[in-house]
Amino acid sequence: MSLRPALPETCVGLFMVGFAAVVGAATAAIPDSAYARVGPAVIPWAITAGLVFFGLLLAIQGLRGGWDHERDTQFDLRSLAWLGAGLILNLLLIDGVRFGETTLVPRVGFILSSTVMFFCTARAFGSERPIRDGLIGFTLAIVAYVGFDRVLGYQIGSGLIERFL
Amino acid sequence: MDTFGNLMQGFAIALTPINLMWCLVGVAVGTAIGVLPGLGPALTIALLLPITTKVDPTAAFILFAGIYYGAMYGGSTTSILLNTPGESASIVTSLEGNKMARRGRAGAALATAAIGSFVAGTIGTIGITFVAEPVVNFALKFGPAEYFSLMILCFITVSAVLGNSAVRGLTALFVGMFLGMIGVDNQSGQLRFTFGIVELYDGINVIVVAVGLFAIGETLWLAAMPKEKEEEPLAIKDSIMMSREDWRRSWKPWIRGALIGFPIGAMPAGGAEIPTFLSYSIEKKLSEKPEEFGHGAIEGVAGPEAANNASAAGVLVPMLALGLPTSATAAVMLSAFQSYGINPGPQLLSTNGALIWGLIASLYIGNVMLLVLNLPLVGLWVKMLKIPAPLMYGGILIFATIGTYGISRSVVDLILLYSIGVMGFFMRKYDFPTAPVIIGMILGPLAEMNFRQAMTISQGSFSIFFEKPLSLFLLMLTALALIGPPIWSYLRSRNRVAGA
Repeated sequence: MSLRPALPETCVGLFMVGFAAVVGAATAAIPDSAYARVGPAVIPWAITAGLVFFGLLLAIQGLRGGWDHERDTQFDLRSLAWLGAGLILNLLLIDGVRFGETTLVPRVGFILSSTVMFFCTARAFGSERPIRDGLIGFTLAIVAYVGFDRVLGYQIGSGLIERFL
Repeated sequence: MDTFGNLMQGFAIALTPINLMWCLVGVAVGTAIGVLPGLGPALTIALLLPITTKVDPTAAFILFAGIYYGAMYGGSTTSILLNTPGESASIVTSLEGNKMARRGRAGAALATAAIGSFVAGTIGTIGITFVAEPVVNFALKFGPAEYFSLMILCFITVSAVLGNSAVRGLTALFVGMFLGMIGVDNQSGQLRFTFGIVELYDGINVIVVAVGLFAIGETLWLAAMPKEKEEEPLAIKDSIMMSREDWRRSWKPWIRGALIGFPIGAMPAGGAEIPTFLSYSIEKKLSEKPEEFGHGAIEGVAGPEAANNASAAGVLVPMLALGLPTSATAAVMLSAFQSYGINPGPQLLSTNGALIWGLIASLYIGNVMLLVLNLPLVGLWVKMLKIPAPLMYGGILIFATIGTYGISRSVVDLILLYSIGVMGFFMRKYDFPTAPVIIGMILGPLAEMNFRQAMTISQGSFSIFFEKPLSLFLLMLTALALIGPPIWSYLRSRNRVAGA
């Protein structure tokens, strides 16, 4: 067994211990109930304990050389940036962003924000045909909207394009 | 009433035109998502969960079960023609199936996979028909203590025994249980883990977690991979038929695969990986031509593919008879019962007999439909493999977004969805299994409920879990499952050192 510590795996373990601390703090905040024999905090404490225990085990495994996983693959950061941009733009645009009374980002609705997301995703997967991607994304978003909002009866809400459908 | 009479009544329900339509839609959608790499039944059923508010339970479960069975058929097409298995249980099929396709025998490989799936799926469904009632009759004697112990056994087997690492599987399980605890506690009315966010008071929807892990996480992961030239599906050069020789070499592996797959799938551990690998190695041993293995032996497609489908059927036994999900897909289906206000468990067969028997009957019908969809019409599905990746993943994200946003029109759900996607990405990177997250999330609160009931009966004493013989037995099995494998491998490595 290699005894050279593996930094990423150790960090994963420590991250889990940190996460367990957050869960533990949230558990401590659960008020106890006098009615139930097993209060609402009992299982959450067990979960906290489990997370601490396995987080520590992961960290120890990390210090003892880590475990087998995708180590060597170089991530395509440009692709991830495009995809991340698509997801974040979708979050901002779908419902707009308001701060008190002022509108920081206007609400454009599902169809246009999804078209933007589709466009960015296609870029992330190496497409170099922006016009095709935009058109297909737009069409697919309309199909999804009509299918879910009109046929299945979900409430997707209105937007710049939705109001004309 | 006897099983046969019940089943006939089930057919009367499943054969109505509207339910036949749901079954056809289900198996067609299932085959499509099975063919497309990266999409699975858990994700698809999760996205369709909201229809539970629109259609009656029988229709919804016929649809879901069709998707579940269809995905198993579709997955084999991809692993034969593309060598990138759509779902993990198809890995074994690609070992020999892809080699056969490369030798120009794609048609025979597809035929033995589809017919084998049909044979095994039907044997598995017969298994469900006759095993469900005895299991229910046995389980009706269970009290909360037995149930709790059974769930603990299920937790340990799905996360610690299956998969590469017990530590990582159990970590994933605890994360899932944490997610399941979020929201108002039903018994005490207290808020748990809501961090002051109003949108979390009702808990996190399983749609958000399943779609986040399986759609967003998968898309992030594939985007991060270095882009290689896209793999073209192999052409089907021969006709989709089996020669007399192929039949002779296939039928025994089908039966053996089904007999291996169904019982393993029906055990509380579930999973299709073990039976498919087991079937592969058995067929390799029994084959008249073991030298063909590794170069496209038809037995190596027929056996594992049958085992895969039979174990998928087996997983439905604990799901329907005990309310115990042993795969991510079963856990999502279980949450569909909950959204109808139906309590899954042994009483299901008596309280909702028509639903369950209609569902079982539709599995027989779905298998016949799938045989037609996957033999003469296989060319249609192969065309789907030619969809370019940029368009496919863009489309997946659109449907993932609308399915999640449609739940409550809340951006908070979308933020959660994408965050869980990022978590899925890192879980993939560091080789954490994802199914325990979904199972922990659905089964965690149910285990808590049984724990509380048991402790109320025992007036706060833990001894109830050890005094009931069956509960004690289940806990001993759990301990064995947990400590057995490490001890076994320790003994084996010591023997090897001693022998060397």
